[in-house]
Amino acid sequence: MSDSTAAVVRVIGLDKQFGSRDGPVTTALTGIDLTIGRGEFVSLIGPSGCGKSTLLRLIGDLTSPTAGSVEVNGKPAHAARLGREYGMVFQAPVLFEWRSVEDNVKLPLELLDMSRSDRDERAREMLALVELSDFARHHPYQLSGGMQQRVAIARALALQPAILLMDEPFGALDEMTRERMNAEVLRIWQRTGTTVVFVTHSIPEAVFLSTRVVVMSARPGRITRIVDVPLPQPRNDETREDPGYFRVVTEVREALRADGGLGGEPPLVGSEERLAAEGGIG
Amino acid sequence: MTAAAASVGVPVPPPPGRVGRVGRTLRHYLPAVVVFVAGIGLWELLIRIFEVRAFILPAPSAIAAALVDNWGAGRWPLFQSAQTTLFEAVGGLVIGTLVGVVIAFAVARWANARDAVLPFAVAANAIPIIAIAPIFNAWFGVTNPVSKMMIAALLVFFPVMINVTRGLTAVEPAAVELMRSYAASEWTILRKLRLPNALPFFLTALKVATTLSLIGAIVGEYFGGSSTVIGRVVVQSASALRFDVTWAAILLAAITGITFYLVIVALERILIPWHASVRGEEPG
Repeated sequence: MSDSTAAVVRVIGLDKQFGSRDGPVTTALTGIDLTIGRGEFVSLIGPSGCGKSTLLRLIGDLTSPTAGSVEVNGKPAHAARLGREYGMVFQAPVLFEWRSVEDNVKLPLELLDMSRSDRDERAREMLALVELSDFARHHPYQLSGGMQQRVAIARALALQPAILLMDEPFGALDEMTRERMNAEVLRIWQRTGTTVVFVTHSIPEAVFLSTRVVVMSARPGRITRIVDVPLPQPRNDETREDPGYFRVVTEVREALRADGGLGGEPPLVGSEERLAAEGGIG
Repeated sequence: MTAAAASVGVPVPPPPGRVGRVGRTLRHYLPAVVVFVAGIGLWELLIRIFEVRAFILPAPSAIAAALVDNWGAGRWPLFQSAQTTLFEAVGGLVIGTLVGVVIAFAVARWANARDAVLPFAVAANAIPIIAIAPIFNAWFGVTNPVSKMMIAALLVFFPVMINVTRGLTAVEPAAVELMRSYAASEWTILRKLRLPNALPFFLTALKVATTLSLIGAIVGEYFGGSSTVIGRVVVQSASALRFDVTWAAILLAAITGITFYLVIVALERILIPWHASVRGEEPG
């Protein structure tokens, strides 16, 4: 398989600006190029306001770019969305409180006009995958926050999407639950082989989960570095104590710091303009 | 239960036993029942001790006797009056609810409709019902129950419209994004998200509307029409100084209103058992 056919996400020259004709224009993202291969687990990390969630929403065609293009599975993102190739998980579980757990998982299947028996079977599979089979007939309010988020993951995977987009899915959970959910997501990722794009502001979470970590800078959001995570799979609690894990965590932290989060100068992008400006003065 | 589920600390209480629930329900209502019985007893006692005249305040026993004596016969047949008034109120509730819901859908869907309709809806709501009642009686026929229904409908439509509009529009933005990520159409979003979301709002409005519709019907009756309706019985028995009958009619109106309200509460328990308002109403 060549590299081009293996790419699930191909982002080229992406710019995103917010603002109206009369209001000030905010540049959320500029010059984003990113290719994500099939089966990868890629985290987007950066300070708040760096546009990592916006990038995720652009990949998911929930907002449209000012310039540049996003392709998913070789199609424009819009066509991919109409083709129902996305699974989305938000920071809040966004479960419909009037539906039981299994009916929440069936929601996307109903939109697909899948037959009732197929829906039942798929929902059963998905709930087994997130280990909530015993709670199929419960309502969301009867579940803890972590369990609700697992239902949201089951729902997102129900359509067997080409790509799973997760926007700080565990940001609202306590640290213990979060670590357990991380292990859960890795297990699901390995079993399904789904490509995952995962937004977080937690460095340990990003490193523990990902095959690659995309480090972004604050406004205007740019990709400053992409850090490979060469830790072996499957990962577990021992991974968190591995010297290699600490090395990558440090690498990501330094990449974030180098970007100017602590007042340093932008090291990579922008140096050309600076040189040009200096040249202009001299 | 799986090990993983147990480790998350599942907050699922076991369903309470039948006996336990009945016991708790009784204990929950006991204070109210005690206060009610004591209040009636005290009322009766004070009337007898101070020999209060009936046109100021009849004794509970006198009101009960009036209720029984005038139940089905005589100049003021109370049961038939309550039936007619309830019929008018229900008619007004249905009309006002239909209009309110239709306008709510339009307002929730199109900003233009909101700008066009809302000022008039607010203005209609600001009209004192007592001022418009004689006019509606003239428009729709003073003896025609439709005139009372329209007065009730005018009271009902506003809370229904406001609440349903809110229910249709106050959906989680992330829920809309979720539906869009599945390429759901506006129609599908309406059906699968906005309508179920609006249901609790609608039922809340209906609870208010039951009381309002009875008020509207009775106010309309004050300004003329059939004499076997609660409003006329109140007016005529009072002018005949038969205050025991007046009080009996008021009591019957209250019981009708409460029953009407409880029907909607029961409907809530059937339709939206998952909603916080219903879950929170469990006694104990």
